[in-house]
Amino acid sequence: MLKIENIYKAFNPNTANEVRALKGVTIDIQEGDFVCVLGTNGSGKSTLLNAVAGSFYVDHGSINLNGVDLTKMPEYKRASQIGRVFQNPFSGTAPDMTIAENIAIAAKRGKTKDLKKALSGNRVSEFVGAVSSLKMGLEDRLENPIGKLSGGQRQALTLLMATWLKPELLLLDEHTAALDPKTAAKVIELTKAIIERDQLTTLMVTHSMQQAVNLGNRILMMHNGKLAYDISSDEKKHLRVKDLYALFDEIRKKEQMDESVANIISEQYI
Amino acid sequence: MSLLLGSLTIGIILALLALGVFVTFKVFHFPDLTTEGSVTFGAAIAAILIVNDVHPLVATGIAFSGGFIAGMVTGVLHTRFKLNGLLSGILVMTALYSVNLHVMGKSNIPLLTDTTLITYFESWGGEGQVNVLGWLVPASDLSVLASVLAIVVLVSLALHLFLKTNIGVSLRAAGNNKQMVRALGINPDTYMIFSIALSNGLIAAAGALLAQYQGFADVQMGIGMIVWGLASVIIGEVLIKNKSVGYLIVGAVMGSVIFRLLVAITLRWGMNPNDLKLITAVFVLIALVVPGYLTQAKNKRKDKKTDYA
Repeated sequence: MLKIENIYKAFNPNTANEVRALKGVTIDIQEGDFVCVLGTNGSGKSTLLNAVAGSFYVDHGSINLNGVDLTKMPEYKRASQIGRVFQNPFSGTAPDMTIAENIAIAAKRGKTKDLKKALSGNRVSEFVGAVSSLKMGLEDRLENPIGKLSGGQRQALTLLMATWLKPELLLLDEHTAALDPKTAAKVIELTKAIIERDQLTTLMVTHSMQQAVNLGNRILMMHNGKLAYDISSDEKKHLRVKDLYALFDEIRKKEQMDESVANIISEQYI
Repeated sequence: MSLLLGSLTIGIILALLALGVFVTFKVFHFPDLTTEGSVTFGAAIAAILIVNDVHPLVATGIAFSGGFIAGMVTGVLHTRFKLNGLLSGILVMTALYSVNLHVMGKSNIPLLTDTTLITYFESWGGEGQVNVLGWLVPASDLSVLASVLAIVVLVSLALHLFLKTNIGVSLRAAGNNKQMVRALGINPDTYMIFSIALSNGLIAAAGALLAQYQGFADVQMGIGMIVWGLASVIIGEVLIKNKSVGYLIVGAVMGSVIFRLLVAITLRWGMNPNDLKLITAVFVLIALVVPGYLTQAKNKRKDKKTDYA
């Protein structure tokens, strides 16, 4: 399904600010997998997602979705196969346009646009049905600019829009991180429902271990630009949050040891 | 009265320019300086063709295409070559100055003896005089006014309908949130190039009509036109509070007419015509600053009323 092979990405290469965000990541995701990507800040988890979405091209390695080579495909072309929800609630919608118009664009994701009216009568009634299923009372406000809505409402709509046409792959980039806990829980519930309903293959970046434990069938733990752990569905069934913490500690310990070893060596030899 | 009629007619012709500026400035937040060059470009193309006995309607159409291509160049410079928006406009505007001189062959082409669209419009009115609110005005002047008004109304309607189609909605979204449209399979660059092209096509058509109305095309006629367009759009926005597309379009057209009338009145008061551009700039400044100030004052008043205890 999604094959990521040995990808590398450095930002600001050959400068003082060089950041090697991905250092040889290989992942194979099966159809119907719901994968949670965990990791500390700067571990490269968001970079991994952006690499798949096409926000930039990787320096090395390849990305392949359903046999189609995405490696050098621009972001807007990948969108015909990929649905995406951003961390920032303002990123996924056009604020000055109405809710209905935003959905109309999503309903044409990756398809050729024509000169037909974007909001015809039966399409709007279809929108009303879908929006009322969010249970946010937005169905009466389809003609309002989306920019007037709260972050949670916008994120729920972005999720609806990203999955309006069933995507081959759904990318969720910490999409509840900017929301208050109550709204976040609601959006997560919605996410779960949509993914289960449409059997979507999903890659979700999160920093909440609770979410990672509760959702999905596989956990990838990133550290320092590499894949540190890959927890498959059998192991994941028995996984608790404290086990994940233990794994994190283990990574941390390894790193500390590396540092102290490096210090000892430098003291002795330099 | 005929001064008023003339001002109204020019205001309405330049509403086409305002619509063009609306597309780049409101939809794409792109202050496009190509405008200064493409007004003249349209006028130059139309004038030289009309002088060479091309039908004025065809000449105006070709002027539109000329502006369209100029806009495409600006769009490509800005999107493909990642040039700063203002800079790409300035480059094309500067280049167009020479192009315009080449097209015209000299710096001014008179059209007074040639058959223009305005000649047709005048002929529809006939010879007589009409009594308007107590003034006697030539019927031909009125028919010109009515004709250009009809053109502007048609173009506005077409633009409005277009912006509500699937392509139009995508175009507006591309101007609103690039990241979002990319994630939904739209290449914002393509839409931006098209918008700048369309905008400059409209602006060139405005230039072509203006040249035919004034009876000449001049290589200097584009100077200050971007400010005119911005003023129209901004005045329209101040006047009309509803921010949906249709109202914004109506606002831009109204803005252009009102702005021309304001200028006419100022000149009537005995202002020096040399101060025209200065007045223009001051109007735009006022239109930009005052609304924000008023809202601030209103909010302050509200704050005072709110009881925090």
